[in-house]
Amino acid sequence: MTRHVSLKMLMGDRAKYVSIIFGLTFASLLITQQAGIFLGIMARTFSTMSDLEVADIWVMDPMVQYLDDVYGLPLTQLYRVRGVDGVEWAVPFYKGQLRARLKDGRFQTLVVMGIDDATLIGGPPRMLEGQVADLRRTDAIIVDSIGASTRLSQREPEGERPLRLGDTLEINDNRALVVGFCQVTRPFSTMPIVYMTYSQALQYAPQERKMLPFILVKAKDGVDHRELATRIHATTGLGAYSTADFKRLTVTYYLKNTAIPFNFGTSALLGFLVGTAVAGQTFYSFTLDNLKYFATFKAMGATNGLLFRMILLQAFFVGATGFGLGAGLASLFGFILRKGEFAFWLPWQLLLSSAVAVSLICLGAAAMSIRKVIRLEPGVVFKG
Amino acid sequence: MAVSCRGITKLYGSGDNAVHALRGVDLEVRSGELLMLVGPSGCGKTTLISVMAGVLDQTAGYCLFFGQDLSQLATNAKTAYRGKTVGFVFQSLNLVPMLTAAENVAVPLLLTGVPWTEALHHAEEMLSRVHLEDRLHFYPAQLSGGQLQRVAIARALVHHPRLIVCDEPTSALDNVTGQEVLDVVRRLGVAQDRAVVVVTHDARIFHFADRIAVMNDGRIERITTSPNELLSAP
Repeated sequence: MTRHVSLKMLMGDRAKYVSIIFGLTFASLLITQQAGIFLGIMARTFSTMSDLEVADIWVMDPMVQYLDDVYGLPLTQLYRVRGVDGVEWAVPFYKGQLRARLKDGRFQTLVVMGIDDATLIGGPPRMLEGQVADLRRTDAIIVDSIGASTRLSQREPEGERPLRLGDTLEINDNRALVVGFCQVTRPFSTMPIVYMTYSQALQYAPQERKMLPFILVKAKDGVDHRELATRIHATTGLGAYSTADFKRLTVTYYLKNTAIPFNFGTSALLGFLVGTAVAGQTFYSFTLDNLKYFATFKAMGATNGLLFRMILLQAFFVGATGFGLGAGLASLFGFILRKGEFAFWLPWQLLLSSAVAVSLICLGAAAMSIRKVIRLEPGVVFKG
Repeated sequence: MAVSCRGITKLYGSGDNAVHALRGVDLEVRSGELLMLVGPSGCGKTTLISVMAGVLDQTAGYCLFFGQDLSQLATNAKTAYRGKTVGFVFQSLNLVPMLTAAENVAVPLLLTGVPWTEALHHAEEMLSRVHLEDRLHFYPAQLSGGQLQRVAIARALVHHPRLIVCDEPTSALDNVTGQEVLDVVRRLGVAQDRAVVVVTHDARIFHFADRIAVMNDGRIERITTSPNELLSAP
């Protein structure tokens, strides 16, 4: 029942209470928001894999380090992979960058996805206009909707307009006819994404001796993906990863070779430090201000355990409030910007991590406060 | 007997820097009496009531509270015993500014596990007995000095302790208010199975005492039942 007293003491000192909540909210917001942007950006590095959940295993040159690190394979490797025990099916998949020329003469680099002509496996995850099967038409391409309305927009005398069905582009000196628009998971780069058949992609791309970047594999029912990937590697000598492992490989590459984790890690750490400095310090100072009353309680029969619980409750309360407000603001931020190109991903694991970080700040401050209160001699209450 | 102290010595510090706050004090406080501890500043009054109230351990000697030697109890047991047995009125009152008068008075009950609503009910009753029924929901900052002192007294009484210790209860009050406050202490505090110990400098309230123990230099110099004897002393 002392929780009423504990919380009233906490909220009674409005200035300090608001400072603590503000500090924790700011810390929670910064940690959650910056880490959310970081995760959003990292998730974009494997966006193609996220859109291609039908494939269980990705096969490639053994030297490939990440999704955009593309080396061609000879087509014969596709047949070798199909012959590996446990493979349900295997299809070619082209991924590369080609240059397009727009009607008004501008150039724009595109990310081209070439999908299996026969099965159309590897196509767009969600069609907004047109059909995936329309790719079988001559020179047909499907364009991602954001690319169509931004970088591939058409400049005409009346003004700028998004790409429309029936518009044509010139990709590497080849005519390309827009037959559909799709929605894709936003990629790491901001280049428009264009889908076409694998054979058409090979025609459009500069000719090389080996042109097959990836082989998408479906495992037979009950076959462990990682085991099958190991078997493919052992049989063919190619790099083979389960989708989850290839995502991990790609993210690891970006973590190791870019400053992204450092930049966002710094911001998140800053949030943690500011939270500790502002909220932790204010909470400790709040306890010091109330030391006289804690000593009074001690003299009047409060055990150390009871005072410990009172301070812990105060810490929990400010922690939960600050975390809730901060995480709520971060979520609102992500929600408002969800339809743009902004990278933000807020999985429950991030919320949990942010809650743990805020808890650490509060527990640290509470530990310092509790130490002070436990060492308190009740006799000091008679010293005026 | 409420409290029985024998040979109480209290030493602060050690070696050459040691300060003798109490030098073998023998004192008994009887149930049903109001005992005043008087003496010059630094004579050991506050140290003695701290030992008597069980918030300070003596260096030597023993003190029995209703037959119980608190120094033999473990810390938590001593704290719990103190919570049930002793009521405090501190010199600086120590009312929590974020709690209302009723909530402040309810604290000793809450600390012993009484539910919130029940504790508040008892606190309101006690505040009525000190004539503060119209100030139940006032915060300390909204009360006068005399009212604050009465809240502190209500807090010391609410859990029906068997010993009440008051440290300079009138030091910040004018004569009339001081008399009123001591009247409340006397009227509500003293009971057949309860004792009150008041530390004071204030000669104007000596007449409320059943006995007055005069301290000097860490010792009880004398105990008298006559305030006039002290007032006429050179």
